[in-house]
Amino acid sequence: MRRCLRSYWAVMAVLLFAGSACAQTKAQAQNVPEIPYESVPNFLKLPPDLYLGEAIGVATNSKGHIFVYTRSANTRLFEFDQNGKYIREIGEGLFGFEFAHSVRVDPQDNIWAVDEGTNMVIKFNPAGRVVMVIGRRPEFVTNPIPTPPGPTPPPQKYLFRRPTDVAFDPQGNIFVTDGYVNHRVVKFDKDGRFLKQVGSEKPGSEPGQFRTPHGIAVDAQGNVYVADRANHRMQVFDNNLVLKSIYDNIGDSWTVCISPGPHQYLFSSNSNPNGNRPGSWDITGEIYKMELDGTTLGRFGHAGKEHGAFQVVHMMDCRNPDEIIVAEIESWRVQKLLLKPQRAVTSSVR
Amino acid sequence: MRRFLQICLGVMLLAGIPALAQDSIPEIPFDSAPDPLKFPDNIHLGETIGVATNSKGDVFVFTRTGHPTISLGTSRPFAHGGTRLFQFDKTGKYVREIGKDSYGFLVGLMVRVDAQDNIWTVDQMSNTVIKFDPNGRLAMVLGRKAESERIPNPAAAAPAAPAGLPGAGVQSDIFNRPTDVAWDAAENIYVADGNGNARIAKFDKNGKFIRSWGHRGTEPGQFNSPHGIAIDLQGNVYVADRNNRRIQVFDGDGNFKTQFTNVGRPSALCITPGPHQYLYTSNSNPPGDIDVAGEIYKMELNGQILGKFGKAGRLMKEFGDVNGMDCRSDNEFWVAEMITWRVQKLSLRPQAQAAKK
Repeated sequence: MRRCLRSYWAVMAVLLFAGSACAQTKAQAQNVPEIPYESVPNFLKLPPDLYLGEAIGVATNSKGHIFVYTRSANTRLFEFDQNGKYIREIGEGLFGFEFAHSVRVDPQDNIWAVDEGTNMVIKFNPAGRVVMVIGRRPEFVTNPIPTPPGPTPPPQKYLFRRPTDVAFDPQGNIFVTDGYVNHRVVKFDKDGRFLKQVGSEKPGSEPGQFRTPHGIAVDAQGNVYVADRANHRMQVFDNNLVLKSIYDNIGDSWTVCISPGPHQYLFSSNSNPNGNRPGSWDITGEIYKMELDGTTLGRFGHAGKEHGAFQVVHMMDCRNPDEIIVAEIESWRVQKLLLKPQRAVTSSVR
Repeated sequence: MRRFLQICLGVMLLAGIPALAQDSIPEIPFDSAPDPLKFPDNIHLGETIGVATNSKGDVFVFTRTGHPTISLGTSRPFAHGGTRLFQFDKTGKYVREIGKDSYGFLVGLMVRVDAQDNIWTVDQMSNTVIKFDPNGRLAMVLGRKAESERIPNPAAAAPAAPAGLPGAGVQSDIFNRPTDVAWDAAENIYVADGNGNARIAKFDKNGKFIRSWGHRGTEPGQFNSPHGIAIDLQGNVYVADRNNRRIQVFDGDGNFKTQFTNVGRPSALCITPGPHQYLYTSNSNPPGDIDVAGEIYKMELNGQILGKFGKAGRLMKEFGDVNGMDCRSDNEFWVAEMITWRVQKLSLRPQAQAAKK
């Protein structure tokens, strides 16, 4: 990552002088209608002694309860009710909580946390007790540098290297994006047994390869949508991880969600890059609403620190496609957005 | 680095280079209130890096305490904790902790309260400037904490410095050991950045980057550890350019106006509210020595020195490396001290000084 950052700086310098502001190379769809929205003020009510750090993961269960996975002094997982009232902490002091990356809720209301510090995927039952873990936290440090220099060895079936996200198909199979060091998607059965993977330990930009697969979602047919962030695209696979299509007109796909119901919608965030470099706010920050086939229906939001703007959206919940809940890295907050899509459709189609 | 500074200081003292204020500067009589803050039994100050009051007289104390830790046996080494922020009422009674277990509290450097009573903290390890609203809830974050630490910190793994002049930093809210924050009447935000960079960064009230100025150097408009910042009612920006041993004054766009070079090594600044504003600056002693410096100067905004008080030391009415000052009230003056792990509440008696003449 450090090395990557270093070359990133160099690339950035060149791009800055060339008058561009961001390492974004893929086109964004043009003339996409803006979807009006508002952000609910003071949505989450935190007790006086609780503070969110980087708001990394957000998800809802079937009751509308909201789960927030955050990097505060320690990584922690909180549950709120549908009105934003605090209910409880889940997994306090857990061995697997070190550096939050994603939280998702499956159709049975189990809560899944993905931690890129401990390299663990952790399943809690609805009562908040651990019922399954995949991956293993490194036992101890023999080398002070956790990721030694040199090429990454091939991945093992059950060990992750900074995993990023998890998703489930209707049969309960588990899909994990892995991640920042490996660049693959792994499919496990519902009991956590390895089935298949696509991608490898090597990043790549060919179809079916990944460069930081950063988010994942599965539709009702079992198709798998992967936010292939550093390749500036989303890749779509069938249930056996065979590539079906690529959507590359939505900027950097940081995170993805799919709404439930008979007509499913796909959301993808072209989050502004960390660091707020000059000009980056002008060309990033928006979220796209799409059909599953990749047709862009509309977009909303922009980069900024004020209420209603986005400061590096890291995760979205779209259980209700007109009420999107977003978690932001750099503003340490969760916002609930009320979309008004009818107006956008009216203005664009007619 | 410290040894280097000490050597520098020694050389300069021997050579008589710094134009320290003359001995004729009047001493301002003052007292220090015993036990101005009442602590719960389980709260202890560590290095006290900042103290600030709000319009109600509540006192906010930012301190390095608890246990900064690095967790190993993970994909990368992660840093946790080490600094806390406490609120007291105007009688010194403990009110609450703010930002408990905050992601951004590692090695604090300053706390300030703005004109709307928002509370702002600056942390030089997490490289964040955090705004809390008057209720103590998070309102804005500038900067980003590094995701993980480099341990042991091999030079080969260090990120390359950004291109451009040394210390000029990146044109954004990427800080390198920021030190202080201030605001103008339009609520624009100015960050002194800092011990790693050598610039002042300006943001609008929504946190959008506007500009930054300065880089490492000794010329006017250049900095060497800009360690404090304060803004007067006209929007002039006063920067404690600590290791250049001067205060520089700029307009709000960063145009250099003047500098004051006769107040030692300015480590902390504050400006009183109107209508007649005064500037206070601390010639703080280095953390390793209580036998030099330590006095605080009271000045007119044009640089004229009106008086001074205090000296380095560990006793009451002595100062142990003052890092933060609050001068909201003319008579009650708060100092936060680095090496003596305390705050003092001082009553200045400039009238007594005048009467003695």
